[in-house]
Amino acid sequence: MGTQNLSPSLETVPASFVQFAVADKLINLCRANSLWPLTFGIACCAIEMMSTGAARFDLSRFGAEVFRPSARQSDLMIVAGTISKKMAPGIMTLYDQMPEPKWVIALGNCAISGGPFVFEGQYGIVEGADKFLPVDVYVPGCPPRPEALIEGIIELEHKITGWRRWPKVAPQWRDAPKVSNEAGS
Amino acid sequence: MSLTLLNVVLAVFIAICFVGANAAYLVWCERKGAGFYQRRPGPMENGWWGLLQPPIDGVKLMTKQLLIPGGVDKAIFMVAPVLAMFPALISFVTIPFSDNIVAHPIDVGVLVIFAFAALGGMSLLVAGWGSRNKYSMISSVRAVSQTVAYEIPLLITTITIVMISGSLNLGDIVQQQLDGFLSWNVWPLHKEVGFNLLMPVSFLILFVCSVAETNRAPFDLGEAESELVAGFHTEYSSMGFGLFFMGEYANIVIGSCLITILFLGGWSCPFGDLGIFPFTHNVGWFLLKIYLIIFVFIWIRWTFPRTTIYGLLNLSWKYLIPISLFNLLLTAGLLKVF
Repeated sequence: MGTQNLSPSLETVPASFVQFAVADKLINLCRANSLWPLTFGIACCAIEMMSTGAARFDLSRFGAEVFRPSARQSDLMIVAGTISKKMAPGIMTLYDQMPEPKWVIALGNCAISGGPFVFEGQYGIVEGADKFLPVDVYVPGCPPRPEALIEGIIELEHKITGWRRWPKVAPQWRDAPKVSNEAGS
Repeated sequence: MSLTLLNVVLAVFIAICFVGANAAYLVWCERKGAGFYQRRPGPMENGWWGLLQPPIDGVKLMTKQLLIPGGVDKAIFMVAPVLAMFPALISFVTIPFSDNIVAHPIDVGVLVIFAFAALGGMSLLVAGWGSRNKYSMISSVRAVSQTVAYEIPLLITTITIVMISGSLNLGDIVQQQLDGFLSWNVWPLHKEVGFNLLMPVSFLILFVCSVAETNRAPFDLGEAESELVAGFHTEYSSMGFGLFFMGEYANIVIGSCLITILFLGGWSCPFGDLGIFPFTHNVGWFLLKIYLIIFVFIWIRWTFPRTTIYGLLNLSWKYLIPISLFNLLLTAGLLKVF
């Protein structure tokens, strides 16, 4: 995942300024396990987001399948797709309408950095959601696989609670990809 | 503390516990049910089979920012969620769970339940009006027209049963259905009215009406998220929304209690009183019946798509009301003959 390595102190400091250690930890655990996303998708990454919620990948296992149609009831904004300059004010309004605490996931290369739309002379695309939103987790891919979005949500849970659901698996690369491109093999 | 006051406090406490536990864990059942009907596991990771999900969601909703948008009518806005929860809670006072488990056996129990059900409909109107949001407003107008349309066949069907039983007391209505499942009001054959073929149809009408009264799919026109954002609770965050949610599930429990009492013999054992424990008339049968009905509610919600507002109103005014009126007349005639 494209997240930064936070220093340990940052990972364990709860949200509130006055520390109520146990209660804060419990509340953070609850918040992390019931992340209700806002129902909106702005481009093709939204298809992968829908697939994540559907039967094969099933986001509901982590209690995060409650896609709320109203911004007032949602905790998590998944920016799924290319943000055009015309769309950006609308997304900003949606973000402002969400009550605290709220988090943002940038899903896909367009929401991270503009993706394939970054070239000289382009005039219509905002190059990355973090130009105007405080993004918590970046999920790369064009579009990312549903597993990647699930990993992004688990990473966000890690960020909220300082505790990870499963140990992280290091990517295992073979020396050379042994994939045959021959037809009929 | 006098004994009467203690009784009242106990009754209120138990009612609140029952409603709260049901509202919380019916949400879990709903999410698991949704999962099973869509061939996925549903909440799995938080607690065994996701059983910790309701308390987790509850804590999250309670610790979320309670946002009152600028421009709303503050007093009305804040009263509406309370109005959604409180009538459902009150209605539990008159529901007889068994011949001796009832908080207060009021002689006009049926009337009390319908009076407070109407108040529950008003909470939707108040929520939409207080939000000063056009989608909320459209949603509450829909919800009110729906409530008006479906309360008529609901009441007419109930009047039919009240005519047969000759009592508005829910306990008395059950007392007449205690001789095995053939004596339940759902069957056409009945000792008071002889043979009335429309009784099962009446049962279906009452069932459809209580699905519509609780604003559930396929009749959830009030919160049609494809058209109206989130309907009347668009502007509610945190526990304001949570109360609407809990009120909906409490109303489902009330609706299924009513169906069970009026048509399915309440706490009566289907095989008559055999004298051995599980086969006596006891509260277990009542709970079994209401949860079976709630299961069908969830089954319907995740099986059928949403209707249109015209389809919804046409169903009530063109089919349910004429049929239930006809059954009322037929039952009156049969009562005179037999």
